[in-house]
Amino acid sequence: MNIIVCAKQIVNVTDIRIDKKTNKPVLQGLDNKISDIDKNAVEEAIRVRDEKGGKVTIIMVGPSEATETVKELLAMGADEALLIPWDQDYDYHVVSELLIGGIKKLGDYDIILCGEASLDLFSGQIGPRVAELLDIPQITYAQEIGADDEKVVGDRNLGDSIVTVESSYPVLITVTKEINEPRLPSLMDILGAANKPIEILEADDVVSEVSSPTVETIDITGVSMDRKNIIYEEMPVGEAVSKLVESLGKEGVI
Amino acid sequence: MVLAYAGKKQLMLEMLGKGRELANELEKELTAVIVGDENHALAEEYIQYGADKVFLIRTNQEMFKAEEYTQILTGLIEESESELVLIGSNKDGKELAPRLAAKLKAGCVSECTDIHIDDGDIITERTIFSGKAVAKEKINSKQGIITVPSKTFDPLDADTGRNGDIIEKEIMVDPSRSKIIDVKEMEHSGVNVEDAEVIVSCGRGFDNREDIELAENLAAQFKGRAIGCSRPISADLNWLPEEHWVGLSGHKVKPRVYFAVGISGQIQHIAGMRDSDIIVAINKDPDALIFDNADYGIVGDLYKVLPELIDAIENAKT
Ligand SMILES: Cc1cc2nc3c(=O)[nH]c(=O)nc-3n(C[C@H](O)[C@H](O)[C@H](O)COP(=O)(O)OP(=O)(O)OC[C@H]3O[C@@H](n4cnc5c(N)ncnc54)[C@H](O)[C@@H]3O)c2cc1C
Ligand SMILES: Nc1ncnc2c1ncn2[C@@H]1O[C@H](COP(=O)(O)O)[C@@H](O)[C@H]1O
Repeated sequence: MNIIVCAKQIVNVTDIRIDKKTNKPVLQGLDNKISDIDKNAVEEAIRVRDEKGGKVTIIMVGPSEATETVKELLAMGADEALLIPWDQDYDYHVVSELLIGGIKKLGDYDIILCGEASLDLFSGQIGPRVAELLDIPQITYAQEIGADDEKVVGDRNLGDSIVTVESSYPVLITVTKEINEPRLPSLMDILGAANKPIEILEADDVVSEVSSPTVETIDITGVSMDRKNIIYEEMPVGEAVSKLVESLGKEGVI
Repeated sequence: MVLAYAGKKQLMLEMLGKGRELANELEKELTAVIVGDENHALAEEYIQYGADKVFLIRTNQEMFKAEEYTQILTGLIEESESELVLIGSNKDGKELAPRLAAKLKAGCVSECTDIHIDDGDIITERTIFSGKAVAKEKINSKQGIITVPSKTFDPLDADTGRNGDIIEKEIMVDPSRSKIIDVKEMEHSGVNVEDAEVIVSCGRGFDNREDIELAENLAAQFKGRAIGCSRPISADLNWLPEEHWVGLSGHKVKPRVYFAVGISGQIQHIAGMRDSDIIVAINKDPDALIFDNADYGIVGDLYKVLPELIDAIENAKT
C-alpha cells in the first residue's frame, strides 16, 4: 500500500501577537511546526502501512528550511519525504498544482491523506483540489478508516450525521483531529530518522510552468481582543461569587 | 451571472440576500440552483427572496457527493458564464467548492465574512490565524468561488410580486467510484447557539456528562439561553451533540453573555466566541488562557462556584 500524506508547515498561531501601532499580526520570529491535523494524517498512514505493508511518503510545498519540521514526521515513522520549495506568492491553485506535479513524480499511490484543514488558514481546500486534479474520489472529515486490499471504508463526521463511504483505490481522504492520537517520537526514532531520505524537487522540475495565484492577499489586519480582565481570585468562593453577581448586575445582565 | 448553491434553505436565503446586492453592483443576474428534487414551490420562494432565475436540476445522482456535484455545477457555471459563485459553507459546501475551483482553475475563498465589489473586482474578507486576523483578498481568476457560512448575511424580505424564470434541466453525471453504505443520524437537541442571548459553555473541566446539569441550572437563570461546549465535549466524549460545539471548527456565537466554565481557552475555542459582548470565565487554574480573554472571571472549582453562583443570581433577581 503506497500512502502519500500532504503536510503543511505553519507558524504557531497561538503565539501570534498583534502589533498595536500597525494593527498587523507579527509573524517574524515565531516557531514553525507541522499543522496539527497533518500529524493525525501521518499517524493514520503509519497505522495502515503497519497493517498492510507498503510505504508512507510525505509531500510538502513550503519554505526550503522546512526539512527540519519534515524530519519530525519521518521520526514518527514515515518512510521518506518530498519537499517542493516555494517562497514566492501562492494560493491554493498554485499549491495544489505543485503538489500534483510532485505526486505524479512519486509514481503509484493508493491513498492520499490530508488534514481536514490547516490550523493557520483553516480552509480545507487542498484535499478536494488534489482529488479533482487527479480525478479520484474523496472521503472528507474521516474520523475512522478501515483499509482492505481492494477497498477502503471511511466514517465521515458531518456533525449532524455520520456517513460511511466505501471507495476503491486510489482515493483521497481528509482526516479529523479525533481519528487518533499522533505518537510522540522517541529519541531513538529521532536519531533514526536522520538517515531517511528527503528529496527536494524544484517547482520547475514538477510543473512546466507555475501558474500565477488566482487569489491575491491585499491586506491583513489584526483583530484585537481587549477585555476587562477583572478576575476574582484568592478569596472565598462566596465573596468571589457576590462580586461577580454585582458586576453582572451593573452590566445589566441580571 | 452570480450563481448561488446551498443544500440548506435558510443558508440559501441568506446567500440570496447578499447575492442580490452583488448582482446589482455587477449589473448581472442572480441565479439559484436546486439539485435533485423538482421543488417548484422552493424555486418560487428563491425568486421571492431575490433570485432572477432558478435552475431546477434533475439528475441520476442520489445523495450528495462532491465529485458528482462538481460535474453538475461546472456545467451550469460555464453555460451561464457565471463569474461569481456562492456556495453555502456547511460541510458539503466546504468540500464541494475547492473541488469545483480545481476543475475551473478558479480562485476560491473559504468561509467569507464579507464580500464586496470594488472597481469590478471581487474582494473578500475572511478570518485567519484562528481569529487573530482578517485577510482581505482579491480574486483574479475568470470565475471566483466563495463559500458563505450561515448567519453571515441577512435574507431580504420576501417579495411575493417578484418574477423570475424557473428553468428545468436534466444533467447526468459519471458516478463516483465511491459508495455511501450507511448514514447514521446523530442525536439532535434542536438548540441554536448562534441565536442565543446567554450561553453557558462546558469544557473538559466537567468530570461527567451528568454534571452538565449544573451548567443547565445556571443557564436557567437567563432568558434566551443555550448550552455551549468545547470541541472535546462534543467530538471526543460525545456528551453533547454538535449543535452545542463552539469554536473555529464549530459554531460562531455572539451572545450578550458567554460563560466559559472549565474551558482552558485555547485559541480554537476563542475563535468561536470572541464576538460575545461579555465573557465570564470560571476555571480552577489561575494561569488558564481563558482569563486573558475574559471580562470577568472566578478562579475556583466549578463544582463549588456554580451552585453558589446559581443561588446568588436567584437571590439578586428577587
Ligand atoms: C483544527 C482544530 C480545530 C479545533 N476547533 C475547536 C473548536 O471549534 N472548539 C473548541 O473548543 N476547540 C477546538 N479545538 C481544540 C482546542 O485546541 C482545545 O483542545 C479545546 O478547546 C480544549 O477544550 P477544553 O478547554 O474543554 O479542555 P482543556 O484544554 O482540557 O481544559 C480544561 C480546563 O478545565 C479546567 N478545570 C479542570 N477541572 C476544573 C474544575 N473542577 N473547575 C474549574 N475548572 C476546571 C482546567 O484548568 C482547564 O483549563 C480545535 C483544535 C484543532 C487542532
Ligand atoms: N503547502 C502544503 N503542502 C502540503 N500539504 C498541504 C499544504 N497546504 C495544505 N496542505 C494539506 O491540505 C490540508 C488542508 O489545508 P488547507 O486547505 O490550508 O486548510 C492540510 O491539512 C494538509 O494536509
